[in-house]
Amino acid sequence: MARLSEDNIRLAREIIGRYPKPRSATIPLLHLAQEQDGFVTNEAMSHIGELVGATSAEVYGTASFYEMFKFEPVGKFLINICGTMSCALLGAEELMHHAEGRLGIKMGSTTADGKITLERAECQAACTEAPCLQVNYRYRYRVTPQDLDALIDDLSSGALDAEIPAHGTVATVRQSIPADRGVGAVDPDDVTEGPAWLDGKAAL
Amino acid sequence: MSGGTWKHAPGFYEGDRPRIVTSRFEYEDSFTLERYLATDGYKGLRTALGRPATDVHDEVKNATVLGRGGAGFPAGNKWGLTPQGVWPRYLVVNGDESEPGTYKDRLLMERDPHQLIEGCLIASYAAGLSQCFLYIRGEMALAQERVAAALNEAYAAGYVGKNILGSKFSLDIVLHWGAGAYVVGEETALIESLEGNRGMPRLKPPYFPAAIGLYGQPTIVNNVETLANLPWLLQNGAPAYTAIGTATSPGTRMVAVSGHVNRPGVFEIINGTTTFRDLLYGDEFCQGIRNGNDLKAFVPGGGSAPWFTPDQLDLPFEASQVGPAGSMLGSGAIMVMDSTTDIPRAALTLTRFYAHESCGKCTPCREGGTWLERILSRVVDGKGTDADLDQLFEVGESICPGAFPHASNEKLGLAAVPFPYRMNTICFVGPSAYAPVHSALTLFRSEFEARITKRKLISVTAVGQ
Repeated sequence: MARLSEDNIRLAREIIGRYPKPRSATIPLLHLAQEQDGFVTNEAMSHIGELVGATSAEVYGTASFYEMFKFEPVGKFLINICGTMSCALLGAEELMHHAEGRLGIKMGSTTADGKITLERAECQAACTEAPCLQVNYRYRYRVTPQDLDALIDDLSSGALDAEIPAHGTVATVRQSIPADRGVGAVDPDDVTEGPAWLDGKAAL
Repeated sequence: MSGGTWKHAPGFYEGDRPRIVTSRFEYEDSFTLERYLATDGYKGLRTALGRPATDVHDEVKNATVLGRGGAGFPAGNKWGLTPQGVWPRYLVVNGDESEPGTYKDRLLMERDPHQLIEGCLIASYAAGLSQCFLYIRGEMALAQERVAAALNEAYAAGYVGKNILGSKFSLDIVLHWGAGAYVVGEETALIESLEGNRGMPRLKPPYFPAAIGLYGQPTIVNNVETLANLPWLLQNGAPAYTAIGTATSPGTRMVAVSGHVNRPGVFEIINGTTTFRDLLYGDEFCQGIRNGNDLKAFVPGGGSAPWFTPDQLDLPFEASQVGPAGSMLGSGAIMVMDSTTDIPRAALTLTRFYAHESCGKCTPCREGGTWLERILSRVVDGKGTDADLDQLFEVGESICPGAFPHASNEKLGLAAVPFPYRMNTICFVGPSAYAPVHSALTLFRSEFEARITKRKLISVTAVGQ
């Protein structure tokens, strides 16, 4: 378990370069580390600190604030069942109990085979499609207990492996700014003038 | 399975109304540059760049584009709060949609990312903002993917980056994503998070990051939907925009109605005139309460908002009327409870949310929110005591001193206490933990009392059956 790989270091430097201050890249790099290892390791946090100019304690201070960062292994699939009002009004608590029974684990824990972690999540912005859940941040809408059983079957058999990447990967598309098109980030301390287009004339 | 007119836009219903921000939702490929360009995409940008920046700013001011994130502050005025001669200025896009009940910005990012990008470009041009950070909620994988792909296309085609459309206007838009924290939707917490810190709101004053924001520089923080209005506005002009809706609430707005209605959905509604009755009972909207049940209560503006009952159904979507009636429009999120709803448990799902999401910076919220949750939990479980209900009000008053807003109620002989409230915290998370408790206990006290006198143990069933 590990510091960032060579490929990820390259990616990390590209990300850092987009911000006027390197420390702004802390959260994106924590995501990168979690994508690499499935959770955020101490070694990765030290490494991120070196890259952005922070201590490992500062990086951990930031990381530990955010729900999505895990500091010990979780299942390959993280099921987050929403428990906030709109979902609760339409059976989210029943769904959670059903999931606990079906998986034989309590909310907040992982199945013995390390496949599935079950958590209650807060409002996931799909309130009209209640009750909803996410598997590794991919939505499932208006989920019935039968839907949930089928989902768990599919996750266990590997039928959804192509659609849902293992825990750690969130977006599978990255921004990439072409060298000849990017303006480039500037430290605010080095900026003394307003932008060129504020000269009182049309830009085109 | 999901609802909606189109499978690719879950929950969204079209309706026979003007569509400013959802005009491309019918296309399955609405998120591509090709479709965007084929449907007037980037024409608003071209119009903007053909005019001096101050003209564009004036156009937005004249249209009174109210902020769609919750506070409803006019965007054009917000841009004007930046101090003169302080450079650089930044744009931070708030795509951290997480207020309970709110579902609109995610759809706008997933279905029409180029519209948002064009909005960012117009805002940055008008207000002289030299870099844009587009902060998307961490849990929204598809929105991140769609915006990333759209940005890559837009850079390659010359719409973003150096010398946009061959002009002297240059702007980088950096896609940034969060990692799960509701409070980061508060604009100063968003900035803290973007600086690589724990997402805790900053002490105020300054009240607006327009004065001191990202890296201590003037920073405009705008909501996704607010910015998504700009391409249409620039193309059609402020008079066309203000011709829709009312003088104080022009244009349209995105509203999500969820809970116990026959047809929960996301709608682009006409601002200012549409009433809650239209939304809950109208044929083109939610088509009534499910199973023919009666309406018990509804949350009019996101989990933070004090509750309304059927007495308030005829209020329009207009801040100047909803405020005096004791609540707020917030982020366009209505949650509906029918007559079967277990009110104490429904309130608990919201209070638990805010207690859980407290960042811990302000003691009244950190401690108060937690105690509200614990006491309410105890009452819901049938283990409450007579003292608990008064205790809930006492704890609430330590977060929000004085009279807390609530709606009028004819049956209970209650007169409304107008919005807003006083607060002992930096941001609205603490008061929001109290709002559902206060509303539920004020409007439905007998349900709490029954829980205590009967010491009723509650079996595990849906909150509304």
